[in-house]
Amino acid sequence: MNTEGKVFKYGENVDTDVIIPARYLNVSNGDELAKYCMIDIDADFAGKVQKGDVIVAGKNFGCGSSREHAPLAIKCAGVGCVIAPSFARIFYRNAINIGMPIMECAQAAEEIQAGDKVAVDFTTGVIKDETTGKTYKAEPFPEFMQKIIAQGGLVKYVSKKINGEA
Amino acid sequence: MGMTMTQKILAAHAGLESVRAGQLIEAKLDIVMGNDITTAVALKEFAKTGAKGVFDKEKVVIVLDHFTPNKDIKAAEQCKSCREFAHSMDVKNFYDVGEMGIEHALLPEKGIVSPGQVIIGADSHTCTYGALGAFSTGVGSTDMAIGMATGEAWFKVPSAIKFVLTGKPAPWVCGKDIILHIIGMIGVDGALYKSMEFTGDGISYLSMDERFTMANMAIEAGAKNGIFPVDEKVLEYTKEHSKNKPVIYTADEDAEYDKVITIDLSKLRPTVSFPHLPENTKTIDEAEKEKVYIDQAVIGSCTNGRLSDMKIAADILRGKKVNKNVRTIVIPATQQIYLDCVRLGYVEDVVKAGAVFSTPTCGPCLGGYMGILASGEKCVSTTNRNFVGRMGAKDSEVYLASPAVAAASALTGYISSPERIGGEKQ
Repeated sequence: MNTEGKVFKYGENVDTDVIIPARYLNVSNGDELAKYCMIDIDADFAGKVQKGDVIVAGKNFGCGSSREHAPLAIKCAGVGCVIAPSFARIFYRNAINIGMPIMECAQAAEEIQAGDKVAVDFTTGVIKDETTGKTYKAEPFPEFMQKIIAQGGLVKYVSKKINGEA
Repeated sequence: MGMTMTQKILAAHAGLESVRAGQLIEAKLDIVMGNDITTAVALKEFAKTGAKGVFDKEKVVIVLDHFTPNKDIKAAEQCKSCREFAHSMDVKNFYDVGEMGIEHALLPEKGIVSPGQVIIGADSHTCTYGALGAFSTGVGSTDMAIGMATGEAWFKVPSAIKFVLTGKPAPWVCGKDIILHIIGMIGVDGALYKSMEFTGDGISYLSMDERFTMANMAIEAGAKNGIFPVDEKVLEYTKEHSKNKPVIYTADEDAEYDKVITIDLSKLRPTVSFPHLPENTKTIDEAEKEKVYIDQAVIGSCTNGRLSDMKIAADILRGKKVNKNVRTIVIPATQQIYLDCVRLGYVEDVVKAGAVFSTPTCGPCLGGYMGILASGEKCVSTTNRNFVGRMGAKDSEVYLASPAVAAASALTGYISSPERIGGEKQ
């Protein structure tokens, strides 16, 4: 699994209220939510983002509310991966649970610039900035989370258990 | 090596002798909770699991509180889907308009949550119940769905920061000021992935309402949970509200902490968080110098919508008039608190002062409805987040404060100390 695309870069503590403001939470459809993704800090984001593009941001990405609508909006907008030095814990959990790839890598988050072309390999954790030629290595996920990701999210992982297929 | 209070609760619920920080475990859940926004997503994921019913009809709690009474057609449809799900699953603890309150005030009041439990809720402020000595944490809708289906959740065992609170807070310094001060000190990711364990003799001066406020905002420092020891006040509260037998866990004496932070509560001042992060704190003295003129004051929410918060607001507003430029909105967190406010005359105090008194709802806190801000407007609010666009337009501003500061500011028209207004903190 991997992704390749252009970088959108944001600062520290990008919160779930700017990822998807609560005024749009009267629906839960991912494609509908994606239209308003990042609207309060980057009004053009939804119009510009292409499938496979990458968000690179500062520490504590996804802080605030538990709304799963946040990683869902990012995923449905077409973003292939979010790279940050750290993620807020509920966002981290939600991203794993819905199969939205995220990578913790402080150096990549600092050095990669907006507009760079980046390729991410989820299996090896290698992030390559094709614009600068530099490569980075993200923290690997614990084995248990890798299993959830490999199954395509927590629901698929658990439903196999419930239905005795595990 | 010993375990922290949180680690002990998690070990017991995972059927393990002991756990260590970083360990991945599967724990049994005592309560799984969701609201109208998160349950609407969870019920779709629940259907995908193939589960025939919820793991325990008594242990699933659904509260329609965010956009209720329904704010628009789409919100109404969402609530309808939650209502139908709750009925089809025969969820016993389902709270709709007329019975509902803001979830994190309602669950303790109804005695659903109690000391020693493991609770997950699809709402980030689920950490509130740590005030009762429970392990309680916010999760997303998928975790809620899986929790409802299996009665279990996976956790990475957190390490902890220990906060030793000493001394007695000054008049007008309350739980909200203490937690804002702490967030200002350690930052919005200062406790990321960790527990915040509150200890020390200063806790004895804090009411249960104040402890709920503090545990509630642990998430604003990035924490997995906030937790208080089970003392006489907790046991008394539990006896009064719950049929559950409290299970008391205490941290081992040799428990390891990432950090120990001692705070002398007697030195704290009323504290205000400036836009756009809860960590941007200033003392009321610094805040007053800036003469921040406000357009709105909100007193309520899962953080500060409890009876003692309403009392402070009523005591400050009684016999006075709010500033003509300040739209003042007071929101009790539950129906019971609402009734108590009627009985005690607080509603009359608030309304005569020129404020409005609302039915329970999360409404304005997250920019849902009932007090949305226009471009450039400023609001002092007893809620928990002041992110960009949190309560309305993206260039509006939210200043987080205690009910006393919010009520005093409503009277003067700018962010003010309650000391300026006079009266006594009860």
